[in-house]
Amino acid sequence: MYPKHSLRSRGRLRAEREFTSVNDRLSTFLTPHESKRALVKRFRRILCLVFFLPLSALAELSIEITSGVDNPTNIAISPIMMKGASLTEDISAIVSADLDRSGLFAAMSRANMLSNPRTMSEVYYRDWRIVGMQYLVVGSVLRQGDGRLSATFSLVEVTGERVLFTHVVKGRDSELRDIAHYISDKVFYTITGIKGAFSTRLAYVTAINEGGRQVFRLMVSDADGARERLMLKSKEPIMSPAWSPDGKELAYVSFETGRPAIFRQRLDNAKREQLTNFKGLNGAPAWSPDGKSMALVLSKDGNPEIYLYSFATKAFTRLTRHFSIDTEPNWMRDGKSLIFTSDRGGSPQIYKLNIISRKIERLTFNGSYNARPRLAADNRTLVMVHRSQGIFHIASQDLVTGDLRILTQTRLDESPTVAPNGAMLMYATKRGNKGVLAAVSIDAGSRFLLPARRGDVREPAWSPF
Amino acid sequence: MKFEALKPILACALLSSFLVACSSTPSSSSSSSNGTDSGSSTLSTNNGVSTGSVGGAGISGSDIDADGSIETVFYFDFDKATLKPESLVALRIHAQRLIANPASVRLEGHADERGTREYNMALGERRGSSVKEFLVLQGVDGSLLEVISYGEERPASLDSADSSWALNRRVEIK
Repeated sequence: MYPKHSLRSRGRLRAEREFTSVNDRLSTFLTPHESKRALVKRFRRILCLVFFLPLSALAELSIEITSGVDNPTNIAISPIMMKGASLTEDISAIVSADLDRSGLFAAMSRANMLSNPRTMSEVYYRDWRIVGMQYLVVGSVLRQGDGRLSATFSLVEVTGERVLFTHVVKGRDSELRDIAHYISDKVFYTITGIKGAFSTRLAYVTAINEGGRQVFRLMVSDADGARERLMLKSKEPIMSPAWSPDGKELAYVSFETGRPAIFRQRLDNAKREQLTNFKGLNGAPAWSPDGKSMALVLSKDGNPEIYLYSFATKAFTRLTRHFSIDTEPNWMRDGKSLIFTSDRGGSPQIYKLNIISRKIERLTFNGSYNARPRLAADNRTLVMVHRSQGIFHIASQDLVTGDLRILTQTRLDESPTVAPNGAMLMYATKRGNKGVLAAVSIDAGSRFLLPARRGDVREPAWSPF
Repeated sequence: MKFEALKPILACALLSSFLVACSSTPSSSSSSSNGTDSGSSTLSTNNGVSTGSVGGAGISGSDIDADGSIETVFYFDFDKATLKPESLVALRIHAQRLIANPASVRLEGHADERGTREYNMALGERRGSSVKEFLVLQGVDGSLLEVISYGEERPASLDSADSSWALNRRVEIK
């Protein structure tokens, strides 16, 4: 059990060995032998870091939270730093931004903190109680003998004056952002009971005007938009990125051959393979949940139909047979059914197709344009593009009750993609004439924007866990 | 009678389809792939052309003036793929040119940005197919016509406004 701190312990900067059952090297952080002057010196150094790091973090992320829930949980992330050395990333700033973005938390600004504890022995509950904090995260980073970094962090419940957990995460210097997102995931799950999705990634397409011509890029970034990496660059359009269920590959449509064709590409070594080369449409790839096949759209037989492609046999099986447009397949979790867009009823609507029986059932009846369905992890919440009074929004529909809910307030919203934990969805929208990515919680309570750095950003695809 | 009236148009048609063929094939092979001298005779008699040779050197689309040019972009209504009446005259001329001088042609279908991207890919293809069907009905060999949809990925105008959207819902003959 962790001993409770009392106010009397203020000024006694002694490391509590029992705190770190996992890694007690932390206790060397501050010893009673250190002189007061040394402490002041150290505090100054910390202040410098505090001053510089948040600025660089802000410049990189540029996330704009446009609204949050009415009563977010107040949490403070005390600076998580390394003794005697600076880190290339501000871990606490990344964790604070992660939690803020979820909309469920309001992370305290570092400037308002009355103290910056790094170990439990430095925590004075009163400092946090009087500013209304419900939770506090404290932690610090050490360099291990093998050169790797080890971050020890604790989640503290301020009102109950108790430690909910103490945990260690290790990684290389290049993995500081991963360490930060790991901390966010752990804190988020402990408090909300929802698995955090801060360590996941986004794939998206950018279109930038270069010398009078649009240049297309397929990009992958962290879920917070940082660490953007180029997957493919082309002077011809790139469309419809889709993650493999193991998160190691992307499928997409590229026009590089002069015609649309579906490719798959590995993230780690960029190895890729062209899967289709048919006349007409080759589009809308969607990996099956078991990763063994892919639903896609071909118009080789006259008009857009949904096919199943098996990676093992390389065979294409036609699943739909209708003179209308059938497109945008997405899998139900059990891998036995697909949901897709069809205008067979006169306007685009969402249908469900049983792959075995080929039975087709219409799912949407509200409005004259419902398209590009995506299913949340609960296998019940359908999100889609929905036209209401001439404006394209993202809407959700409960497949059990049939309730329809419009989630976005912007116009020309498209390409919804649900986070693997089902808590948030990201979509593409317009700001002025510029394509940007935005996110909204599945209950529509909180939202944020990821502004484009340059050109248009479109077609986000949220990776699996 | 009717044929006489069409004669100058046909002359233009021969020339233009020759030019179309040139622009869509590498210049080194343009003369052989075209394989006919009829282009040459048309060139010499038509005032609309400044220079040109069977070999294809120096020929470019801009050498033809307004009298000889014909509309190559055809527009559509929102979520529709039916040809507009005003498109039909020009499309008939394209058909005549292609019958007289067969060449491979791309019919590039496009949509405006409203609605979803893959649905718009299908819509762009449907528009391209409408043009193809019309040309085939006029007697053009369907195997010469390839429909390629770009959906909303290659807008002609980038603004998010009705006037731009109208320009983006189109099929381009290339």
